[in-house]
Amino acid sequence: MSSAGAVSSAEPSPLPPAGLPRLVQPGGPLPLADHLDSYGPVPFRDPVGRMGGAGRPGPADELISEVERAGLTGRGGAGFPAARKMRAVAETGRRAGPLHSQVGTVLVANGAESEPASGKDRMLLARAPHLVLDGIALAAEAVGATRGYLSLHDGEDELAGQLAAAITERERAGLNRVPIQLVRVTGGYVASQETALLNRLNGGPAKPTFVPPRPAQRGAHGRPTLVQNVETLAHVALIARFGADWFRELGTAEAAGSALVTVTGAVRQPGVYEIALGTSVGDLVSQAGGPSEPLQAVLAGGYFGGWLPYDQAVRVSDPALRAAGASLGPGVLVLLPESACGLAETARAAAYLASQSAGQCGPCLNGLPALAEALGRVAFGRPDPGVLRWAEELLGLVARRGACHLPDGTAAFVASALWTFAEEIRGHGSSGPCARVGHAPVLPAPRPGAPSAAGPAGRRG
Amino acid sequence: MTAGQGEEISTGQSQGISTGREAGPGPSLRVNPIACEAHGLCIEMLPELIRRDPWGFPIVSPGPVPASLLPLAKRAAALCPTLALLLTQEE
Repeated sequence: MSSAGAVSSAEPSPLPPAGLPRLVQPGGPLPLADHLDSYGPVPFRDPVGRMGGAGRPGPADELISEVERAGLTGRGGAGFPAARKMRAVAETGRRAGPLHSQVGTVLVANGAESEPASGKDRMLLARAPHLVLDGIALAAEAVGATRGYLSLHDGEDELAGQLAAAITERERAGLNRVPIQLVRVTGGYVASQETALLNRLNGGPAKPTFVPPRPAQRGAHGRPTLVQNVETLAHVALIARFGADWFRELGTAEAAGSALVTVTGAVRQPGVYEIALGTSVGDLVSQAGGPSEPLQAVLAGGYFGGWLPYDQAVRVSDPALRAAGASLGPGVLVLLPESACGLAETARAAAYLASQSAGQCGPCLNGLPALAEALGRVAFGRPDPGVLRWAEELLGLVARRGACHLPDGTAAFVASALWTFAEEIRGHGSSGPCARVGHAPVLPAPRPGAPSAAGPAGRRG
Repeated sequence: MTAGQGEEISTGQSQGISTGREAGPGPSLRVNPIACEAHGLCIEMLPELIRRDPWGFPIVSPGPVPASLLPLAKRAAALCPTLALLLTQEE
């Protein structure tokens, strides 16, 4: 496996990182040579470097098994087992018959995060671009991909320039294996949803499509396509080098490894932190400089996640947060101070989410604005039992009725606010909105005028 | 499967429909919400399994279609002007 070419190929592999950080080293992004010195050469399974599309299982399958043993889950929000997705794409690609299996599959690295409270994918791409690009090349090899895409949000010109330069440099060093193209994605919250990304790659609008077909069956260019978050791919690059047992040295039995978490709100040093999964909320808040004022609640998982009363003992992992009524999502924790009103925060976020409907599905296009309006009355008015009943009915009317998970995620988020801030709801009901609704927004205010993928809302049908 | 597979929200909309599980699960109804334009023919055809939401869009009962209603379900799917109503073995 001396395929790292001219760059430090004869060097013995460095020791795996012990403890944290794994993904992002202090300081600026490492140049390619330093990156390879620090982590070791890219451990391709096929030293000859054939482009993907093999018609039978090869040694590259070993990487999928290793990722499976590692228990790596997707870091883009859904937390789906990474190996299962990889295997589905590899197998569909192989089953495609002698000609189509040579056409190969497609890999899409999703770096176009649109969760307003998350900054970890941008940070990872800016600070550890070569780890992500290693992961793209290795995953492409493992699933028989013949081309790769790296998607970014439009407007990140500086980052795009750095990544384009990194891709070119690796091309010269023979490290890409397959052509890798940068794709710029315009649009709002749903534009980076995986079927929306693929729709855009296929020349359509960046709007979700109906499933089936799943991307693993028919994705970019009609080919079986693996869509994986950029952080997931960076972990793949580490698992390929250091193995599943090393990966599991951090984390818990149910949630292995480390993860990048964006911590914002009432902490002294908001930012992106890499943590071992299962770290307590209290420890993470301490890492982020401690609370900047007394805390009442935490939004875990971002706008598709859920509110929880602030409890230092809660563990930061998807299974633990789901058990508590939220989720990890793309690794987001927003700490809500006592001085803010959770209902006002939720109402503003619900209005934002309603504005992000792609406008394709009637229940979402009509239901989310109605839900946001009801939340607005709960937060800024004097809610009577009627409006609460209507809000609860709307949760059931939107959930699971869209092509993507925007309505489900919004419903889960709003439902968590109704439990977590039940006391505030009673307060608003008896004496009108509390003084805290005037607090400056704690949840990140999305860019003003952030366009929905749809354009103006309106009732369809 | 990018956006989180949100927790299922209880809708409290059970209508007491017997789901014919006798001879193995039959196909179930599903709406392609992108294709659906709320023409409402399916709701008129099969009110036992499909009800109207406040905006006119169909809400289908989950689970297998009872054998006795299968012919009507097939007719409803065939009548949909946008072919948005699906009878599917999946899920």
